[in-house]
Amino acid sequence: MSSPPTSRLLFDEPGPRARRRIRITTAGSVLAAALLVLLALRQFAENGQLAADRWEPFGTWPMWRYLLDGLLSTAKAAAVAIAIAMAGGIVLALGRTSPSRWLRLPAAAYVEVVRTIPALLLVYVVLFALPRYGLNLPLFWKLVVPLAVSNAAAFAEIFRAGIRSVERGQLEAGLAVGLTRGRAMRLIVLPQAARRVLPSLVSQSAGLLKDTSLGFVVSYAELLYSGKVLANYNHLLIQTYLIVALIYLVVNATLSKIARTLEARQRTRPSRAVQDAAPAAPVAKTS
Amino acid sequence: MNVITDHLSEFGDGLLLTVELTLLALAGALVAGVAVAAMRVSPVRVLRAAGMAYVETLQNIPLLVWLVIAVFGLPEIGVMAGLFTSAVVVIALYQGAYMAEAIRSGINAVPAGQGEAARALGLTFVQSLRLVVLPQALRTAIQPLGTIAIMTLMNTAMAAAVGVVELTATANRVNLAEARPIYIFVTAGLLYMALSAVFGLVTGALERKLAILR
Repeated sequence: MSSPPTSRLLFDEPGPRARRRIRITTAGSVLAAALLVLLALRQFAENGQLAADRWEPFGTWPMWRYLLDGLLSTAKAAAVAIAIAMAGGIVLALGRTSPSRWLRLPAAAYVEVVRTIPALLLVYVVLFALPRYGLNLPLFWKLVVPLAVSNAAAFAEIFRAGIRSVERGQLEAGLAVGLTRGRAMRLIVLPQAARRVLPSLVSQSAGLLKDTSLGFVVSYAELLYSGKVLANYNHLLIQTYLIVALIYLVVNATLSKIARTLEARQRTRPSRAVQDAAPAAPVAKTS
Repeated sequence: MNVITDHLSEFGDGLLLTVELTLLALAGALVAGVAVAAMRVSPVRVLRAAGMAYVETLQNIPLLVWLVIAVFGLPEIGVMAGLFTSAVVVIALYQGAYMAEAIRSGINAVPAGQGEAARALGLTFVQSLRLVVLPQALRTAIQPLGTIAIMTLMNTAMAAAVGVVELTATANRVNLAEARPIYIFVTAGLLYMALSAVFGLVTGALERKLAILR
């Protein structure tokens, strides 16, 4: 994932002229970046947003406690949604890889349909359609259910890629020693599959965590909605939202770092076919 | 069923806005993605670092947070832009980070000999990237770019949360007026499915025509 293999592709060890060119470009881009920062700061200053009293509140504990409470709610919603979506994803993936058409078709239909419907539309369905039919969920579930429904499809595709990457012989060996298909799947194929797609699972989970920001629409007090409430209260719009963005950045950067570490660790281990289990949709090549 | 026919023009407008948002954002994302991917493979360390910082920052903050900052935050520092413009720019920059990653992995998939040959001919970094490596990289990356196109379509719905009346927001509005959720939301869902089917077909056609199988 890091630069070394790429960077050698398009340039050699630089000679004196190339080094000079690199130095000039470096100076130019540093200058351009500095200019951009200055411009942004001027924009802030001219509108009086740099004044100390507009930033001081963010040095106080109650403010942080409030936002961190929001982060905790984000984590809770994300954790529950991830658990449900993963369980659903495993079931759907097993359905899609099962020999029975009556399991394969519905699972495939679910995945294909849900993958092409925006999460926000599902949120609106839960918010405004279900109550009309007498199903008025608590706020927490109004956020978690649509996220779980839409991410189950994504998790299903990841698990399916993993299951397909496990050599056929593994399942056959399981059947040969007398396990039923279900037990062979559960005891032999799934554990290996889950291991191989672990990095994709982590990055999909990070994506789901980002989706919890839809609490903004549901008015469930996760991090972004907490930021909205706070901004309405203290009228420090841009400051509050920038701090919220910063918190998301730190949390998600940590998660994606974990995903990359897992991936790097797997690459050093000699396991075939992990490449086939890439996170992207395993669409059959038609040509 | 006449809930839909009564509001046909609204659905048409919403659908059109979603398509416009998606196409404009995709065009912007492609430009941003190529630029950032080029930065990430360039010999200049500062540019590599800047490209990486761009991807990390954009990908690790939810799109909705970016939209909220652009729509509610930026006017506070005197940056006024229309709602639609803001949405297009934000989604383009956000998807640009994903495009950059896809294009970069396309660049990585180009055999090293191609870059070496370009250098042996005396092409500069920019020339060898533009004339030799990038065309092949883009053709290799058609499938992931198609996936990103559909992701962009899904993400334009986020603009509804900050007040852009595209398809999702239209469905919500019509439902608030008519209170016939099943028809309305199913229609919106079907329209989204149809749109992504079109994207899928276009991607497939492009891939059959252009893709380089490795």
